[in-house]
Amino acid sequence: MEPVRTITTTAVPLDRSDVDTDQIIPSVWLKRVERTGFGDGLFSQWRADPDFVLNRPEHAGAGILVAGPNFGTGSSREHAVWALLDYGFRAVVSPRFGDIFATNCTKAGLLPVVVDQEVADRLMRAVEAEPGLALTVDVDHRTLVAPAAGIDVGFPLDDFTRWRFLEGLDDIGLTLRHTDAIGAFESGRPAWAPTTA
Amino acid sequence: MGRQPEQRRQTLSEKVWDSHVVRAGGRSGEPDLLYIDLHLVHEVTSPQAFDALRLTGRTVRRPDLTLATADHNVPTLGLDLPLADPVSARQLEALRANCEEFGIRLYPMGHANQGIVHIIGPEQGLTQPGTTIVCGDSHTSTHGAFGSLAFGIGTSEVEHVLATQTLPQRRPGTMAVTIEGDLPAGVTAKDVILAVIGRIGTGGGAGHVVEYRGSAIRSLSMEGRMTICNMSIEAGARAGMIAPDDTTFAYLEGRAHAPAGKAWEEALDHWRSLPADDGATFDREVAIDAAGLSPHVSWGTNPSQVAPLDGAVPDPDRLDDPAQAEAARRALTYMGLRAGTAIRDIAVDTVFIGSCTNSRMEDLRAAAAVVAGRKVHDGLRAMVVPGSMRVKAQAEEEGLDRVFVDAGFEWRSAGCSMCLGMNPDQLSPGERCASTSNRNFEGRQGPGGRTHLVSPEVAAATALAGRFTSPEERP
Repeated sequence: MEPVRTITTTAVPLDRSDVDTDQIIPSVWLKRVERTGFGDGLFSQWRADPDFVLNRPEHAGAGILVAGPNFGTGSSREHAVWALLDYGFRAVVSPRFGDIFATNCTKAGLLPVVVDQEVADRLMRAVEAEPGLALTVDVDHRTLVAPAAGIDVGFPLDDFTRWRFLEGLDDIGLTLRHTDAIGAFESGRPAWAPTTA
Repeated sequence: MGRQPEQRRQTLSEKVWDSHVVRAGGRSGEPDLLYIDLHLVHEVTSPQAFDALRLTGRTVRRPDLTLATADHNVPTLGLDLPLADPVSARQLEALRANCEEFGIRLYPMGHANQGIVHIIGPEQGLTQPGTTIVCGDSHTSTHGAFGSLAFGIGTSEVEHVLATQTLPQRRPGTMAVTIEGDLPAGVTAKDVILAVIGRIGTGGGAGHVVEYRGSAIRSLSMEGRMTICNMSIEAGARAGMIAPDDTTFAYLEGRAHAPAGKAWEEALDHWRSLPADDGATFDREVAIDAAGLSPHVSWGTNPSQVAPLDGAVPDPDRLDDPAQAEAARRALTYMGLRAGTAIRDIAVDTVFIGSCTNSRMEDLRAAAAVVAGRKVHDGLRAMVVPGSMRVKAQAEEEGLDRVFVDAGFEWRSAGCSMCLGMNPDQLSPGERCASTSNRNFEGRQGPGGRTHLVSPEVAAATALAGRFTSPEERP
């Protein structure tokens, strides 16, 4: 993935809870074998409604999605993250993410920003009132700042994931440094452990 | 595996976790590196992972711990015909070519062992207690019914497991959902898990592995336990697990990939050591009285929006949490329902019996018993999709296909089918379906489709009545 240090941009307020990954990218898009080009499918059911927040011109070009709690629940489809990235989002803010979705985000380079419900509500209202509101997500300092809205909060990001974002590191490359340990573990597995052979 | 006794009393998930740590994440925040015993692969979430392996010049470390099948994108009728959708055909061909190139065993469409990935793992005896199992599919939690630590992963992680047979993972929290007592007559495993999700919510298990415990859980068959663990993800849990016991061992013994002879005895010794130690503590605990459970039906667009079959569609204005109230309002609009409508007064257009939640032999037998000698309601579309070609063959041997067909059901071949709306089996806009699947999300079974989650028994009875009803009240 590409390194990410700070993201300063405007935001789209998606004031809905329990936005599952079927909504983020409907399954008809999952037939594709490519990793790119999913932006057109992002929220495609909801975007059919001209009033849907993503269709509003005042939010064009925004790079942060502010969503309600339980964002990205359901299906493990990483296509949901690819669709958000391909559309132009770099971070998603929510009080709570689906576990698999959040992991997929950190693998693909989309920053999941968890904030308290109270902060999320304030941010939602601020972005709805002022679509041009500038937000900064700072990976290095683990902060979300929107000065004009009086928001300046930290968010959880473990040191390892933070380092990978800052350096744009390939997870698999890091694991392959431990090939010896993997081999040693394998030699200790019981003989009756199942194989598909 | 082969772990040393420790002083601390451990839960089932902690034991399985600790016995698979290749490398403990010492440095600040670095996750544990976990060994993966079994990697299940399907056509939808794997092509980009194989492409990435080729791009980086990496290979599959353990093809012998990997098994692939085609399930999400396959038609369930006309298997001998060319696929109508060229994009789907390309994806299935990609799986075939990838498995051939990397030496992975594949059960493709039409194969006697093909089926939904979470049906065939247990069926083949590959799903075993104390193992770690992953798949690029959130319902991998199903396998936890055997006391394995099994969880869904994204495509980047699929690539990671293919290349290294490991995953860097952060240790999840532990959560016990304990259901004591006897389940009342007519209450199935599906009703239990729908009630649990209704109680703890779609985020109730977030960050945790749920261990289902208590006499009501122990009384369930392996099929029922799989139904429970399957929908753990609908409560947001990382995984769901049930301690292995004699029911588990009886299910496994003699299956194709289960150990045999002396190896079986060795495996049993290990498996018997897996249940949580007496006095082990959980980060969170939820207790539910089995006697208070009843058949459930979902009314909304997330799986926590459920009501008893005897109940009514709730009034959003009476919900305490404003976010839940707003979600309920949106759901009722989408579902075309009015607050206060009795669940039994909701008429359905379609009944779908299938999916990794409820398409095993026990599910089909239960549904067949309800419809035997009766007829599907006039104008209602009803279909049964066995979870695997082996389930299909077994059901046909028992004559269940005739029971369903005589009643007016379509009898199909194995696949995910109408659970997820990416193959030809879909709802039309506004079409209302009683479904034994796991997700009632907007458009899940086809754009504009309206899904109500139910047990196989209630689905079967509803197919006869044309509206939600129980087997006891069927026409």
